[in-house]
Amino acid sequence: MQFRSEKLSNGLEVIAEVNPEAFSLSLGYFVKTGSRDETPEMAGVSHFLEHMMFKGTDRRTAEDVNQELDDLGSQSNAYTSEEQTVYYMSVLPEFQHAALDLLSDMMRPALRDEDFQTERQVILEEIAMYDDQPPYGAMERAAEAYFREHPLGRRVLGTRETVSELDPEAMRAYHQARYAPDNLTLVASGAVDFEQLLKSAEAMTTQWKPSQAKRQLVLPTFCNDMLSMVHPPATQQYTLQYSPGPSYCDEARYIARILGTILGDDSGSRLFWELVDTGMAETAATFTQEFQECGLFCTFLTCAPEQHDENWCIIQEILAQGKEVPITALELELAKNKICSGMILGSERPSNRLFSIGNAWTIRRTYETIQAASEHYREVTLESVQKAFEALADRTSVTVSVGPEAS
Amino acid sequence: MQQKVFEHRLSNGMVVLGEPMPWLESVAFSLLLPAGTKNEPQDRLGLAGLTLEMSQRGAGPYSSREVVERLDFLGVDRSSNVTTFHTSMSMAAMSRVLEPTLEVAAAIVREPHFPEDELDEARQSALLELASIDDDPAQKCFKELKRMRFGEVFGRSSLGSESGLTDTTLDDCKEFHRKHYSPDRAIISLAGNFDWDRFLVIADRLFGDWKGPAYVGPTSVVSYPGNSHLCHDSQQTHIALAYDAVPYNHPEYYQGRGLVGILSDGMSSRLFAEVREKRGLVYSVSASAHSLHDCGSVLCYAGTTAPRAQETLDVTVQTIRSLENGIDPAELKRLKARVRTSLVMEQESSSSRSSQMAHDWAYLGRVPSRQELLKTIEALSCESLLNHYKNHPPRRWSLVTIGPDPLEFSDAVS
Repeated sequence: MQFRSEKLSNGLEVIAEVNPEAFSLSLGYFVKTGSRDETPEMAGVSHFLEHMMFKGTDRRTAEDVNQELDDLGSQSNAYTSEEQTVYYMSVLPEFQHAALDLLSDMMRPALRDEDFQTERQVILEEIAMYDDQPPYGAMERAAEAYFREHPLGRRVLGTRETVSELDPEAMRAYHQARYAPDNLTLVASGAVDFEQLLKSAEAMTTQWKPSQAKRQLVLPTFCNDMLSMVHPPATQQYTLQYSPGPSYCDEARYIARILGTILGDDSGSRLFWELVDTGMAETAATFTQEFQECGLFCTFLTCAPEQHDENWCIIQEILAQGKEVPITALELELAKNKICSGMILGSERPSNRLFSIGNAWTIRRTYETIQAASEHYREVTLESVQKAFEALADRTSVTVSVGPEAS
Repeated sequence: MQQKVFEHRLSNGMVVLGEPMPWLESVAFSLLLPAGTKNEPQDRLGLAGLTLEMSQRGAGPYSSREVVERLDFLGVDRSSNVTTFHTSMSMAAMSRVLEPTLEVAAAIVREPHFPEDELDEARQSALLELASIDDDPAQKCFKELKRMRFGEVFGRSSLGSESGLTDTTLDDCKEFHRKHYSPDRAIISLAGNFDWDRFLVIADRLFGDWKGPAYVGPTSVVSYPGNSHLCHDSQQTHIALAYDAVPYNHPEYYQGRGLVGILSDGMSSRLFAEVREKRGLVYSVSASAHSLHDCGSVLCYAGTTAPRAQETLDVTVQTIRSLENGIDPAELKRLKARVRTSLVMEQESSSSRSSQMAHDWAYLGRVPSRQELLKTIEALSCESLLNHYKNHPPRRWSLVTIGPDPLEFSDAVS
């Protein structure tokens, strides 16, 4: 396993974790753009653009793109989050050049008007699909209430209104500003021929011009709030709580992740034994969500509406018991084993490694082997987890609950 | 694609399979027991799932809590579920902890405590899971489709029924366990970094003296066509559609699977291209091959906002029927490329390999090699696919929709 990185003359960074023993390789363009980089009027443009990137280029029709992705036998997809848009493919090593050619060409899409109108319908279907699904918009509502004016409060998919009003011209301008070589990283993992990758990338992106795209980083201000939403067709009650947590760049994130596992993992955690194992709740979980300059400690409950209030009180009590029921050495050890083993098991596929190394490099500019990443967890002390646990008692929080009736 | 699959049968009938993948650090195993929903008494729907849940609440030397703590200590990633014919348990871990992990799995299967004081809690969990499906219309759609299409016994959901779960006693669980957690037709398949001879010694120690009643084979499964609609206050209408196809153990299975691939594998597949890309009707549309013993079906799904649901259904059916006009050589080439890639990538995951082996043995009584599979796929031709379509055209359609309004569907009675 060898890590390689280079910067091309146009500013495009190319990084790879090369494993000559691997059966496949994965390639991805990581674009440092997401819903947090949009204006409120253009909410959803990053995600809409991600769909449009599959709709053809000057050299390829939409059909060509889809057919070539399949010709290469690739497993490919894309996603958009608050902070990034990622396009990736996993292929056999013999297709490295062809895959890079296709993926690089896709980064310069035609953005044709007629495709834009058809794809808008698909996006509106996607929004309708999520509106119908639990937790019925509670996550988006919680982010809006928690982050308020902060850019992380915006919806990744946008809204029916913003998506209906987006126009292709504005999308083209957004693409030009955000998909510049100095805002993209080409990431590869597995059986990569790195020299060849560099050579091909240089040739394929020579026309790309840097744009000095910026991202506004602001620390959010927190408040306490509690909101209730009614979704009459729902049969269960869903409650989500956001509190401050460490960012993706904060060393304390290892502590918070371990604490989240001890308190609210889907098996063997304190909430599991108290509420899930006993059949009182379908889900009772705590977990972290990390962004570039800030993060969240999240609590989630799903249960029957009539049991909700009692369950929520129990959760609040458990989270406030830092002093009374300290974390034990056994709990810490089990959480570390679970996390570290999960990381190693997950890393066997190059496609999974692609995201770990891509995220670490684009946001933190670091590369870590699995062993080094495991070490961070192994080094976490009982005292530090205990301290983080005790601090939960005084946390600020925004809570959103949705169910069939007002709670 | 070097590959060695080991097979062994213990004296009690249990089948032991292994495929070494020494380039990995992990091992994964699947344990398949002939205990499915079809074995439940009619008034105890949900018993198979509840028995599985109860068997994990204390077994062998471990208390309920110790089962979880032991597996967490070992860093084991695990899952378990119940299907029509089987109860299955899958675990993946670092290869050095294989033996202690197998010990926990064997205890769960062979020596569950069935603690009296935990039955109500397990029942409550199962009832919650059953209730929560009402908030998942897509899953509910397929649950209803299965019930309608495969009938009283083979169409059961592993979630069970409210009355079945409520009436189940601890004795029912013990009885189900005694009758169906049995070595005859049980399979354990292991893939990853391990030594076969050493594994056989462990398997023999843990399962060799296991006794149980002989397996009673399933009667034939048949499909019943039909059409139903469930009213739901949602923006989208969910469409679940099924028609007959050849099952997994049929000599022409891969012809039929190839046709499903032309319809739904990849972004250039016909359903994705016609329903989503050209018309923008859906975010999600797909088809998959499904086998229940000797009964094969193609299952399709599409989700779309209510005013466009009729058009979506019509275009989906037209696209399926467009197979009768023939297969383009380029489509077949893409299909083969995708299969080649996935066969190679299968070597990157011990979990997917172990579950595939167990599935193969349960359906075919053997584990086909990657080379054999590749040869079968390479031999597919546009003509053979079209012939297969003509000999096995879509028939005996089932349709279930969930949403504000029902849809018109004339094929449902054919």
